[in-house]
Amino acid sequence: MVIEFKGRVYQTDAEGFLVNPDEWSEELAEKMAADDDCELGADHWVAINILRDYYAQYAIAPPIRILIRHMGKQLGREKANSPYLYELFPFGPAKQACRYAGLPKPTGCI
Amino acid sequence: MSATRKLDIPKIRQRDEAAKKPYFRSQDDATSQLIDDWQTVAVQKLGEEIRSNRALRVFLDSCVKCGACTDKCHYFLGDGDPLNMPVARQDLIRGVYRRYHTLAGRLFPKLVGAREFTEPLLQDWSAYYYQCSECRRCAVFCPFGIDTAEITMAGRSILDAVGVKQNYIHTVLDNVERVGNNLGMIGPAIADTLAGLEEDVFDETGVNVRFPLDDAGADVLLLVPSADFFAEPHVDGLIGCAKIFHQQGIRWTLSTTASEAANFALFVGDEEKMQTIADRVSAAVRELGVKQVVVGECGHAWRVASSYWPGLIGDGTSTDAGGFDTRHICEFTHELFRKGALRLDQTVHSDKVITFHDSCNVARGSRMGKQPRDIYRMPRELLRAACENFVDMAPDTICEYTFCCGGGGGLLTDELMDVRVSGASPRVNALEAVIANHGVTHMAAICAICKSQFRSVLPHYGLGMDMIVSLHQIVGDAVVLNRQM
Repeated sequence: MVIEFKGRVYQTDAEGFLVNPDEWSEELAEKMAADDDCELGADHWVAINILRDYYAQYAIAPPIRILIRHMGKQLGREKANSPYLYELFPFGPAKQACRYAGLPKPTGCI
Repeated sequence: MSATRKLDIPKIRQRDEAAKKPYFRSQDDATSQLIDDWQTVAVQKLGEEIRSNRALRVFLDSCVKCGACTDKCHYFLGDGDPLNMPVARQDLIRGVYRRYHTLAGRLFPKLVGAREFTEPLLQDWSAYYYQCSECRRCAVFCPFGIDTAEITMAGRSILDAVGVKQNYIHTVLDNVERVGNNLGMIGPAIADTLAGLEEDVFDETGVNVRFPLDDAGADVLLLVPSADFFAEPHVDGLIGCAKIFHQQGIRWTLSTTASEAANFALFVGDEEKMQTIADRVSAAVRELGVKQVVVGECGHAWRVASSYWPGLIGDGTSTDAGGFDTRHICEFTHELFRKGALRLDQTVHSDKVITFHDSCNVARGSRMGKQPRDIYRMPRELLRAACENFVDMAPDTICEYTFCCGGGGGLLTDELMDVRVSGASPRVNALEAVIANHGVTHMAAICAICKSQFRSVLPHYGLGMDMIVSLHQIVGDAVVLNRQM
């Protein structure tokens, strides 16, 4: 599969995850979200940036528990919970947030 | 509905034009990476399989088409697809075996059900050997004990040999090879996660429960599925284990190099990779100097540990000659319980009614304890010890008759969600019955795949994803913690 955007072609896997994470850009994330009828607000971006920072350090997406903990630190305790995360990303943090953030999908017994 | 109601057998439906398939390596179509001389290679590989695995040959020879297995597979019960009857799944290989590897099949193919290995038949293999979770329920009912799991493993290893490699399983195997665990979690990520868990448990209980990593000189190495570092409710099971070790004052450790209990090589019948993955454990045992390996809540890990480790990395029953003692976490905790050492407070669970899902690889592929049915008794006794309200599901759906969760054996991948949801229906029916009749609120499991699968599929049946819990989460939440440690 591919995403065509602003005259460039981006390779993705069958589930729409970027094959080459280096090709990611904020604009591309917005385009992926727009294709899902989702508009990225400030809190979405907090989550996406946490994912990207963690990935840069550990080469894997963070466990949900850690993502939520970091979100709590930045957005306050009332937003540090799984239901709020699913409100932001109804298809789930792995399937949706990681895809917008240009991370590969975490795979295992999860 | 009553707890003992009979299972509904579906009407056989017309086969789909294109049966549901998993993704194969970087291709949408199963045959697009097929090697040129696939037929020759496949027939040759099948020959190797039947020579190296005598059981496989007996299974292929001995079916008398009695029909006992036809309504025993959860995927058939879920979708009525005739090729999901275990006998039909076996026949996909059996016809090819007869055609190329038996005299009668070579001379009189039509008389003995022999079949040419054509590309459409290969397409059926690539669909239906990935609609089998290798759970072995059908084998319990077969009067000859024919084990479809062995046949599926052989089918998959032949598919692998001709270039049809299932993406999910091979991504996981690559992660294990590259990093050491299924998720591809590097050491620093595990360390960061464990530090976070220590903080969480301290915030919640005020007790400094430790999660040691690579602690050389520890007595116990806990080998968990890497999902226990990552996913819910798996991580709650790991927390429960840590609380038990803490209460008992046991020096234990996790390992960055043996950070995975699972062994997906079993699913594709790859003995070489199975050995490599198992070797990580014996290397970690030597490096850390532990006396005992405790295998955490991972279904097929325990199958591999109890049934294959003796051949792969030595007899886990003795501690002499560099060997080590191997236990399932339920055996380990049960022994503490039996000795009266485990201090539990049942009142924390007074609002719950719990049932137990026997994970197929544990219930039908391994053993625990010294008595024949300890493998069913021990987890239940632990749940009863932690929670006064425990109810079993219908007898034909538990213990050796348990239904697979629907996501086992390498099927826990999103593109197979339809298969996973329909395959879960026999288990969910039994669960719905105990919810209706006994007010069951939670279902405990001892397998990472079962837990992830139910979290994904229960909402499709209008049930909450939080119903599924780890056994050691239930036990761990009831553990009375020593504050002075």
